[in-house]
Amino acid sequence: MSSVIVRVKQKQIAQLIAKGKRLDGRGLTEYREIKVEQGIIERAEGSARILLGKTEVMVGTKIEIGKPFPDTPNEGVLTVNAELVPLASPIFEPGPPDENSIEIARVVDRGIRESKTIDFEKLCIEPGKKVFVVFVDVYVLNHDGNLIDASALAALAALLNTKMFNYEIKEDEVEIKPGYTPLSLKKHPIAVTFAKINDKFVVDPWLEEEQVMETRLTITVDDNDNICAIQKGGSGYFTPKQVLDAAKIAKEKAGEIRKKLNW
Amino acid sequence: MSHKPEKLLDKKGLRLDGRKPEELRPIKIEVGVLSNADGSAYIQQGKNKILAAVYGPKELHPKHLALPDRTVLRCRYHMAPFSVQERKSPAPSRREIELSKVIRESLEPTVFLEYYPRTGIDIFIEVLQADGGTRCASITAASLALADAGIPMRDLVAACAAGKIENTIVLDLDDTEDKIGGADVPVALMPNLNAVTLLQMDGILTLEEFEKAINLALEGCQKIYSMQKEALKAKYVNVKEAEE
Repeated sequence: MSSVIVRVKQKQIAQLIAKGKRLDGRGLTEYREIKVEQGIIERAEGSARILLGKTEVMVGTKIEIGKPFPDTPNEGVLTVNAELVPLASPIFEPGPPDENSIEIARVVDRGIRESKTIDFEKLCIEPGKKVFVVFVDVYVLNHDGNLIDASALAALAALLNTKMFNYEIKEDEVEIKPGYTPLSLKKHPIAVTFAKINDKFVVDPWLEEEQVMETRLTITVDDNDNICAIQKGGSGYFTPKQVLDAAKIAKEKAGEIRKKLNW
Repeated sequence: MSHKPEKLLDKKGLRLDGRKPEELRPIKIEVGVLSNADGSAYIQQGKNKILAAVYGPKELHPKHLALPDRTVLRCRYHMAPFSVQERKSPAPSRREIELSKVIRESLEPTVFLEYYPRTGIDIFIEVLQADGGTRCASITAASLALADAGIPMRDLVAACAAGKIENTIVLDLDDTEDKIGGADVPVALMPNLNAVTLLQMDGILTLEEFEKAINLALEGCQKIYSMQKEALKAKYVNVKEAEE
């Protein structure tokens, strides 16, 4: 976007925010409407589609048998990848993942991993040799801002929907048996993203706000109100007080979302 | 292969390397260590050994990346294959790409980008040996390299992490503490402006613990800031004396 238009918009958006209002009519700490659909891709072990306003993210999970990491021989493996597919926005280009998609994947990964949402020890088949590898593939279908929160929600929704295949070990070989058991999740980490525009914070920034924001802050909160991941993004800064205020708001917002979605 | 120690704190509350919870590792900083670079710095923080170099402002390649109203700051954080226990492939990993991004974003607020339109400034960071907290040490060194290159800045950026080991909030985690401990909160600060320019966290912390950790990290940043100033003076006072 040309920098002239961004500057004009920034003024308008900032003036509104100073009055406690936003261009799309929301309050400063109000999320857009969240819609969740689960189990939409039959071929995937788990899947979900999230609508956060007009931002649309699909996640499919696949489970395969692989090798554990040498430093965690008794634990399964989680791999999160994000694709900003070109059909989602005029600013996305085909090609290998850029720093933005890697950042989204790693922030989503950190939220799930650090909150210990998945019991990795249960995913061990044979210590040091065979474990289950859970692939979480985030597919952004429409970009209207706040891809991190939408991707984190979609990843969690897909994991909640994930089925593990039953198996038996026969002579060191894993034999797949009929039927499935759901992947059990212990936590429900929710990512809450703030945008700082003219020294004020808004929650769940949409595209126009993201284009004019100075800085972004994502705080992921688990079911016990603990913080399990944080990521600052963008080329601005925060004061320490702003960070602590944001953490309190994030705690409230995560609770609200968890309640609304019954997670 | 290293083995995992049972406890990270002894009976007296001291850490594996004998530090108190709120103590930094020994730090050595040197400015202007590479003659080809426009600015450079070297930092040793515990076993971390990191070089940072700045080239620019200079013509930007590829040219279509240039911006009409400001310079483009680029940053590459890279770990040497021999910097860690098991050889790291020299190809950039996803972690390195993410860190390059957050390090760049932690330095952008301090540089007067609008002074050099249509140009680029490159920051290259090479981690020669890693022992936890490399992103913070890299920022500390890179901001000195920018200053050494004579690039106008609002402030230096000092960075330091705090975290939790065995329910105690501690400053400046090393690799073992980071891997086994409960949480890690890297923070970068422009001390004169009280502006936090890098903030990440992994692990689990309550709100109260998080507040404690961030405050401890900020104290660490202040200490590192005075060491940065000393390092800059050490080079430029010598230059001045040589001139006279």
